[in-house]
Amino acid sequence: MWADAIVTLIKLAVVIGVLLTTVPIMVWVERRGSALIQDRLGPNRVGPWGLLQPVVDAVKLITKENLIPDGVDHFLYILAPFIALAVALSTFIVVPFGQGDGLTLFGSKIHGFIVAPDLNIGILYIFALAAFGVYSIVIAGWSSNNKYSLLGGIRSSSQMISYELAMTISVVGVLMASSSFRLDQVVMAQTGTWLGFIPKWNVFPQIIGAITFMVAAFAETNRLPFDLPEAEAELVAGYHTEYSSMKFASFFMAEYINLVTSSALIVLLFFGGWTLPGLTIPHGWAGAILSLVIFAAKVAFFLWFFVWIRWTLPRFRFDQLMALGWKVMIPLAVVNFLWVGVAMALGIL
Amino acid sequence: MTASRTETTMLPQPQVDLLPKEGVVAVEHGVDGHTVLTVEREHLLDVLKSLKETPGLDCNLLADICGVDYPERDARFDVVYHLGSLEHGHRFRVKVPVTEDDATVPSAYGLWKAADWFEREAYDMFGIRFDGHPNLKRILTHEAFHGHALRKDYDPSQRWLLTEENLMTPKWSTGEQKNDDHLDTQVLNLGPSHPATHGTLRTVARLDGEYITEAECEIGYLHRCFEKMSETHGWEQVIPYTDRLNYCSSMINGVGYALTVENLLGVEVPPRAQVVRVILSEFSRIMDHAVCLGANLVDLGALTNFWYFFQIREEIYGLLESCAGGRLTVSYARIGGLAHDVPLDFEEHVRSLLARIPKFIDDVDKLVTTNKIFRDRTEDVGTISGEEALAWGWTGPCLRASGIPYDVRKAYPYSGYEQYDFDVPVASTGDTYARYLVRMEEMRQSLRIIEQAIDNLPPGPVITDDHHVALPPKEKVYTEMESLIWHFKLIFDGIKVPAGEAYGFTEGANGELGYYIVSDGTGHPYRIKVRPPCFAIYQAFPHMLEGSLVPDAIAILGSLNIIAGELDR
Amino acid sequence: MNQYIPILIFTLIAISFPIITLLLAKLVRSGSPNAVKAEPYECGVKMPTTAYDTRFSIRYYLIAVLFVVFDVETIFLFPWAVMFDKLALFGFIEMVVFLAILLVGYIYAWRRGALEWA
Repeated sequence: MWADAIVTLIKLAVVIGVLLTTVPIMVWVERRGSALIQDRLGPNRVGPWGLLQPVVDAVKLITKENLIPDGVDHFLYILAPFIALAVALSTFIVVPFGQGDGLTLFGSKIHGFIVAPDLNIGILYIFALAAFGVYSIVIAGWSSNNKYSLLGGIRSSSQMISYELAMTISVVGVLMASSSFRLDQVVMAQTGTWLGFIPKWNVFPQIIGAITFMVAAFAETNRLPFDLPEAEAELVAGYHTEYSSMKFASFFMAEYINLVTSSALIVLLFFGGWTLPGLTIPHGWAGAILSLVIFAAKVAFFLWFFVWIRWTLPRFRFDQLMALGWKVMIPLAVVNFLWVGVAMALGIL
Repeated sequence: MTASRTETTMLPQPQVDLLPKEGVVAVEHGVDGHTVLTVEREHLLDVLKSLKETPGLDCNLLADICGVDYPERDARFDVVYHLGSLEHGHRFRVKVPVTEDDATVPSAYGLWKAADWFEREAYDMFGIRFDGHPNLKRILTHEAFHGHALRKDYDPSQRWLLTEENLMTPKWSTGEQKNDDHLDTQVLNLGPSHPATHGTLRTVARLDGEYITEAECEIGYLHRCFEKMSETHGWEQVIPYTDRLNYCSSMINGVGYALTVENLLGVEVPPRAQVVRVILSEFSRIMDHAVCLGANLVDLGALTNFWYFFQIREEIYGLLESCAGGRLTVSYARIGGLAHDVPLDFEEHVRSLLARIPKFIDDVDKLVTTNKIFRDRTEDVGTISGEEALAWGWTGPCLRASGIPYDVRKAYPYSGYEQYDFDVPVASTGDTYARYLVRMEEMRQSLRIIEQAIDNLPPGPVITDDHHVALPPKEKVYTEMESLIWHFKLIFDGIKVPAGEAYGFTEGANGELGYYIVSDGTGHPYRIKVRPPCFAIYQAFPHMLEGSLVPDAIAILGSLNIIAGELDR
Repeated sequence: MNQYIPILIFTLIAISFPIITLLLAKLVRSGSPNAVKAEPYECGVKMPTTAYDTRFSIRYYLIAVLFVVFDVETIFLFPWAVMFDKLALFGFIEMVVFLAILLVGYIYAWRRGALEWA
């Protein structure tokens, strides 16, 4: 019993620790990566290769003056960044991040590298919380007493609910293929190969679903080319225009944590999680660590992919974005799972 | 010796028998090749109308309207119109004398929409009223300003403070909305301090959702009294001020000013100076277009292209710095030539730039030109027809994007542009995408011009040897008596420009950059009026906005390349 | 019920983390508030109207209604998808019928211009 509790607490500590350290790393990757793409140097003064830059940023943000403009709704104004960060952190609890079956620690079973191993609602939990994240943006926009924030807030709510539909529908095909809401089982269903060389990853039969999911993930995390809620040139800074100091930093951290969650989801749902074709991960600690490394590498690739896209593409216009979401993404997502249904009924998959 | 436009014959002349007769007091030929008509106020509109509509005259471009103050005259003010015909090439200057007590002329807004802001400026600066103008109010100064700043008897030491209470808020923005069909609308300020208004531009817009139903622009946040200040400075001292007009391409402004004064003086510029002027002007044009496109793309969320373009700009700054010492504000042109010769490695430096710049342009081309998102954002956005654009007084790349191939370098070659083989890129659709394409191509054409110019860079002096205008070289001043006297005289007296007036125009990065200069024969300009291409372009902006989305407004604004320094002067 | 305990703990941590950081920031930051600094403004000038006193466009509301309609439908897809291999062909046909009904509504919304922004 106590061992169970300790194991759970260790997992909790690891997840929170990893998430919170990923944020500064991502900030650094984003800044150095954009510099690389843009033929610049990027931050290179603080620490080797500017590695300590995010630390300095954090210190700066934490010591910044907190400016609350007149006329804001105080309670909601403070609640918004709070929701953003709390929700972003809570999402990761059902995300498995490695193969940990049959391992024990202090005599207690680990039940896989996942904080809540026996939770059978997995992906539903993530979608529920992701939907909750919209509130922080709407509330921030509404409470700021600024028209640009307000426009950003309502834009964002429309955008996120539109793409949430596409996102949920594009996952249906994956659920059909794996018959479970649990993400570790989704990964299990993707082990092995077809014809000996094509990995059994969902991305191959469900390429349409994978693309719609990725596009929706960009939209849900408000990244370019879908960063309309905070479209700098149009809406100044959108919903967080009036935020400063740590409250601004909360939004900022939430954005990067969501980025990690989204990348992890893309890997788990469509790119086989910690599996690699032709590689049987051994049981025991060595296998566990190997699976962690593979998973981390895949997630890192998609994190870089987010950065890469951001500094390459221009931004959509709002009406174009909505048209894309409703008229293209949703039908495509439906086509995806219908195809999976037909293929499974015919026994192809 | 290539002919610059110092010879009057260089401008095509109109058929004399076609000119309107009634109400025309005098017809003269200016040193600048313009046909100068002095017209009675009562007949002004008829004269303007016949200039515009008589076949064979067809003055479809209203380049400029300004006032000139002659306090000692009975009819104290001249209202001066500069007209041109793109078809025939001839140019007119129409002058209407009015008295101070009755400083009113009929508005030309009905003939050319371009008159809108130019008349407002003349009203603001001189108190000349324009009957029939739709919205005659101050433009460069603010509502709390008293008096008219460019009148000769205005005391510049006065201070008029603008408080929040008398900040411009258009009447429609506080009153009822026009259209009951719309749901409740809200009024939004875009600028003066907004990430997309590069510079201090302010647009007040009424929004229905995200659609703009009504808009009005307020300018003047960067008004620096350039025209007033030049009246108290020597002819050479004006050049640093011109740098601050279109600060993205300061070289072109200086050259334009120098050309106009040289025209008044009748001074020839040595060929080497002409070629260097062309090279640096074209580099400045590339820089200006790069900044415009880069900023436009940033507003559309494509930040990376901005840095590619700024790399171009940075490298060109290196060249300008090696020539002039300054980067942003070069002050390199001088009346009669250039401040000093180019450095020894100039040719090598230019060639290395010629080799490097196309790479950056191509990179952006690949990233953006066929990008679906970019095209969706810019095609059919901010569309303006050629006729409409010309009516608003548009010139430069924005006009050429609407299908009218007017380029001063081709139509009225100066500084030897007639020797270079280059194309004037034209697009037909007149939308934001067309303006992007035209600017991209113009950068490549500018490179072509530079390539030809650097191949034929002649040796020789870079400033005229007319010592009424230019100082003799230092070594001669130290060794020869005569040179010492010239030096002494010129330093103490300054350049004396013979009395007269000229309108000189060059192809600035945004279009026809005109200087209307009046000299009274003293060591100071009597009046300098700049015709900023942005000014004419920006006045159409609020009208283009109606019915478009906020993101479109940003895209359109970026593609027009409004430079506040030039707009507000 | 036991499996929800980690969620509870995690949620408590997630909630306390922003509180702790915001409080920490409050302790270390400096500040010199004054009335002018806190004045709301819009692009450098005073706001002509406050942000709240106007309603915003009906189009946003329409999108929200559409979302509610279609999102409830997609919820039905989830249990169906997980049980798909057991339902076999019959289940699939059933879902196709369900989708067909949904499609009618979707086409109706499209044709009526509810998906248009203009």
